[in-house]
Amino acid sequence: MERSFIFRNPSVLIFLGCLALFTLGVTMMSEAAGSGLISTSFVKTLGKTLCLCLVAIAMDLVWGYCGILSLGHFAFFGLGGYMIGMWLMYARTRDIVVASLANAAIPPTDQEISDAIGNQIFGVVGSAEFPLVWAFSSSLTMQLALVILVPGLLALVFGWLAFRSRVTGVYLSILTQAMTLALALYLFQNDSGLRGNNGLSGLQNIPGADAVPQSVMSLWFLWASALALGLGYLLAAWVVSGKFGSVIRGIRDDEARVRFLGYPVESFKLFIFVLTAIIAGIAGALYYPQAGIINPAEVAPIASIYLAVWVAIGGRGRLYGAVIGAAFVSLVSSWFTGGQVPGFSLGAYTVNWVDWWQVILGLSFVMVTLFAPKGIGGLVDLMTGARAPDRHGADLGPDKGSLQEQEATQ
Amino acid sequence: MTTLLEVSGVSVSFDGFRAINNLSFQIGPAEMRAIIGPNGAGKTTFMDIITGKTRPDEGRVIWGERSVSLLKMSEEKIAQAGVGRKFQRPTVFEDQSVFDNLLLALKKDRSPLSVLFYRRSARDRDKVQDLAAEIGLSDQLSRKSGELSHGQKQWLEIGMLLAQEPRLLLVDEPAAGMTPEEREHTTGILVEAAKTRAVVVVEHDMEFVRRLNCKVTVLHEGSVLAEGSLDHVTKNQDVIDVYLGR
Ligand SMILES: Nc1ncnc2c1ncn2[C@@H]1O[C@H](COP(=O)(O)OP(=O)(O)OP(=O)(O)O)[C@@H](O)[C@H]1O
Ligand SMILES: [Mg+2]
Repeated sequence: MERSFIFRNPSVLIFLGCLALFTLGVTMMSEAAGSGLISTSFVKTLGKTLCLCLVAIAMDLVWGYCGILSLGHFAFFGLGGYMIGMWLMYARTRDIVVASLANAAIPPTDQEISDAIGNQIFGVVGSAEFPLVWAFSSSLTMQLALVILVPGLLALVFGWLAFRSRVTGVYLSILTQAMTLALALYLFQNDSGLRGNNGLSGLQNIPGADAVPQSVMSLWFLWASALALGLGYLLAAWVVSGKFGSVIRGIRDDEARVRFLGYPVESFKLFIFVLTAIIAGIAGALYYPQAGIINPAEVAPIASIYLAVWVAIGGRGRLYGAVIGAAFVSLVSSWFTGGQVPGFSLGAYTVNWVDWWQVILGLSFVMVTLFAPKGIGGLVDLMTGARAPDRHGADLGPDKGSLQEQEATQ
Repeated sequence: MTTLLEVSGVSVSFDGFRAINNLSFQIGPAEMRAIIGPNGAGKTTFMDIITGKTRPDEGRVIWGERSVSLLKMSEEKIAQAGVGRKFQRPTVFEDQSVFDNLLLALKKDRSPLSVLFYRRSARDRDKVQDLAAEIGLSDQLSRKSGELSHGQKQWLEIGMLLAQEPRLLLVDEPAAGMTPEEREHTTGILVEAAKTRAVVVVEHDMEFVRRLNCKVTVLHEGSVLAEGSLDHVTKNQDVIDVYLGR
């Protein structure tokens, strides 16, 4: 009998346990629970962090396990956010418009309501027409479907073109950067239909839930984010634990060899690329209602590079590494850039952390890459004593890793 | 006699240098063949052409009873059709256990979805264990294959080749880095395999080739210089001049 999945992967159980404890702890210390040890805005920060952990898992799957250094996964994250944002903005504006027109002497027609909503939403970009992309914005179900479909389809088309022509390595990374840059530039245009550089705002107000205070709403989103992270972690762990994981790690280490074993490498890459794009889209759809606003700067190329940095610092090729990296770096980062850390004076020069944090982050990325390629997750190996065999002596074989002098004479 | 693989009039150039020059070659469905020749004769390139890694400039490569051309097929389709290959430098997945390496090679549906939902059956595990016994790695199954010695890696790769159950095995220098006893064992495995399938072995070691006891093809500068029994080709004056006499 084969042992069950959870039994073979105790780290999954540990992770889910920690996540549950964390969520419970935050809930009990929140303002909604009365104690107020954690402010509502910090609950939101933590909820957003969970979403970032989820997209980091996607990044780890595609890069750490499959070896595709995608520097464009924040495009999918942002698209997920835009898709849910459209419904949030439409439905919320509609509620406001209907309420304000309710007092009018003549009941408004549907056309009048629609025009008023259009005016409200697109006034900032000098338009009142609903663009085509908003066709389904009145339907939550449709927009939720689009959260999955839009990133999934973009990844499918992009990945199919790129993998089919066997673009790999740094060229693929550049291509993904180009993709996210193109998306950002497109969204920046006023006639993109998504309000140009204004983006979508007011997303923290959930339509039909005006009576729910933000302190409670923030908890709901925290729970939803924790649930999504837990499920995403389970899914990812299941995908990489079996033979599929074996194949994609093989692709990462020696793509040609996998091909000569008869595996359709391109299909595997495409599968992982699309799957991770969908996970990123879902993470984005949970993130932006907590952030309250999304604009094209969110899908700027640098965002996807940060994602790679988180995963590298946390330790790629292990799922909890990605989670630790994303949580640690993004929290520390918002602490430093939030201006709460007092600068200190070096006589003539005052170190301002808001500026210097970027430098520190960049340096630690270089340090980790050079000296601790396993990242923070490597500490777990140190604790559990799992180490690569220590090899000494001269190489005996023609290859690294062959029998070495000392072992041979033992 | 039927042929499993027929290569005819194949040429390939790298930047104007003709690595393979109008080469023709045939092998039957259950035949052992040794290929020898000096360094740079084009032996590895010949295997690259059959497995789809290198596309020839001209010529034909015809496979199987239904005489399909391998030239239009992708590497994975060629492998699925039944061509297995062992590389000159052992290439195993160093980060994964010996068991996982063998499981990866086991003949199964290769599409992403069936791989995703693959459940390891007791039969597959037994198969892997049998293979491991055959290649002498039974007690190494849980070790990372990167920790194996050079000779063990060679064997693991031979095991992976057998696990694929190919109809044609292309084996590039299998005995390099092996002790004499290991070489003997390797000969045994290859001779056994050639009873039911076609095996092409590239090897420099004449003692090894002699023990394979099969027809020999001598390559030189990308084309066939001589073909026949080992004794026959070693008496050939051209062969002595370009290869043996050095
Ligand atoms: N991709 C390539 N690009 C350029 N030249 C190549 C390429 N592959 C092979 N060659 C050249 O083709 C010739 C044949 O190489 P090949 O590797 O087939 O020789 P070989 O018979 O396997 O030699 P060895 O016994 O050393 O393994 C060599 O001169 C080599 O430099
Ligand atoms: Mg060679």
